[in-house]
Amino acid sequence: MSERKIRVLIAKPGLDGHDRGAKVVARALRDAGMEVIYTGLRQTPEMICEAAMQEDVDVIGLSILSGAHMAQVPRLLELLKSGGMADVKVFLGGIVPDEDIRVLKQMGVQEVFGPGANTKVIAEAIRQAVSSER
Amino acid sequence: MVTEASRLAELVLEGDRRALARLITRIENENPSALPVMAALYSRTGRGHIVGVTGAPGCGKSTLVNELAKQLRREGRMVGIVAVDPTSPFSGGALLGDRIRMRDLAGDEGIFIRSMASRGSLGGLARATGDAVKLLDAAGFEVILVETVGAGQAEVDIAKASHTTLVIQAPGMGDDIQAIKAGILEIADIFVVNKADLPGAENTVRALQMMQRLGRDNNGPYRHHGRLMRANRVGQAAEPPGWEAPILQTVSISGEGIAEVVAAIQSHRAHLHQSGEFQIREAARIEAEFESMLRDTLLNDLLARIPTIELDAILSQVVAREMDPYSAVDRIMTIAAAEGETGPRPHRAHALEAEKPEVRR
Repeated sequence: MSERKIRVLIAKPGLDGHDRGAKVVARALRDAGMEVIYTGLRQTPEMICEAAMQEDVDVIGLSILSGAHMAQVPRLLELLKSGGMADVKVFLGGIVPDEDIRVLKQMGVQEVFGPGANTKVIAEAIRQAVSSER
Repeated sequence: MVTEASRLAELVLEGDRRALARLITRIENENPSALPVMAALYSRTGRGHIVGVTGAPGCGKSTLVNELAKQLRREGRMVGIVAVDPTSPFSGGALLGDRIRMRDLAGDEGIFIRSMASRGSLGGLARATGDAVKLLDAAGFEVILVETVGAGQAEVDIAKASHTTLVIQAPGMGDDIQAIKAGILEIADIFVVNKADLPGAENTVRALQMMQRLGRDNNGPYRHHGRLMRANRVGQAAEPPGWEAPILQTVSISGEGIAEVVAAIQSHRAHLHQSGEFQIREAARIEAEFESMLRDTLLNDLLARIPTIELDAILSQVVAREMDPYSAVDRIMTIAAAEGETGPRPHRAHALEAEKPEVRR
């Protein structure tokens, strides 16, 4: 009854409208017993950071298929840090080249999932990242 | 612990949004550390006007809340929003999608939105909703909009939890018999027929008007087959002129009719205060909240006294139909009473802590 539920914000920053992946992941995390706050399309890093604060989430899941990840993700990480929310884990999904994945992970992104990623693996990765924190 | 609680309470009163968000999480998780903070803040609540927004799934509650919040902001009010969506009875997870319709409200310091999963509550709200509303109230939000889960016919908890209840209807759902059934339509202080640009909206309005006419204590003259008649009800005093829920039409996506809804909320608020009904409702609201708090505490307390093995054994006997559930309840109450005399009496704070035996159902 008083178990701690994992809260995840799923957001799509940037301008591409391909939200299928975000919806599939949101649904899978719901089925994994998490509370998923789905914010929908065309979110700015500022909007995502504000929503994450109000919703007090453990994890932010971003879906980017437009190639804008190197612009959007560092900005969000910066906002989280300056807002005192560096403990929120950021996951990324979408089309991201390998060399960018390395850079993003160095910046603090927890994990990057490409096309075909297993949703059970994603849920497990989130669970582990959150439990290591508690 | 006490100092941490008073520091957190102070932060909420100063309007610290992160402290507010974290406290709501603690309340949702029934973390006992939230109780002293809530206790410290209680005397600072009671200023905000609580507006419940309910209606069937897809009738436009979130979009309407978005528009109401924008209008209230134009009038300079601080607006808090608690939006409840259902928890899956199977996985325990939830998909909270009300924010999708509230993108316009991003970046405004005068607005705070919190999505909340119902976590097994059946009345359209979550157990933590009331406390989240109190926190927003203490933090200085003047109007608190509470959006229920998509409600069917009987999710009426919101009426007890709010000062003004909006029931949202959309065209094309049910005939005039639906409109005279008991339940959700009875709790409205304001009716909103949303999506009023769609065909059939006038039928929905008419069904609601008919429902109200049928319900009126009709002591005046009326016409029957063209003849003027007078209804004379014996033993029924004419009701004092009270509040009759206005039936308003909106098109949320274009903002049409929204200013009228906000004006109706304000005149309902004024009516509550002038008629003295505000005190009555406030007392009923607090009583209901207190009662459910007491019930939760009693249940936790009771279950903490029953050894899990014993509870399991009794339950499986009931499942196997070797014992009837009525005797099983009796049996459990007897065990609990005996435990209470011999063993230590667990208090609410203890019952909430980790050593609490697993609570079933």
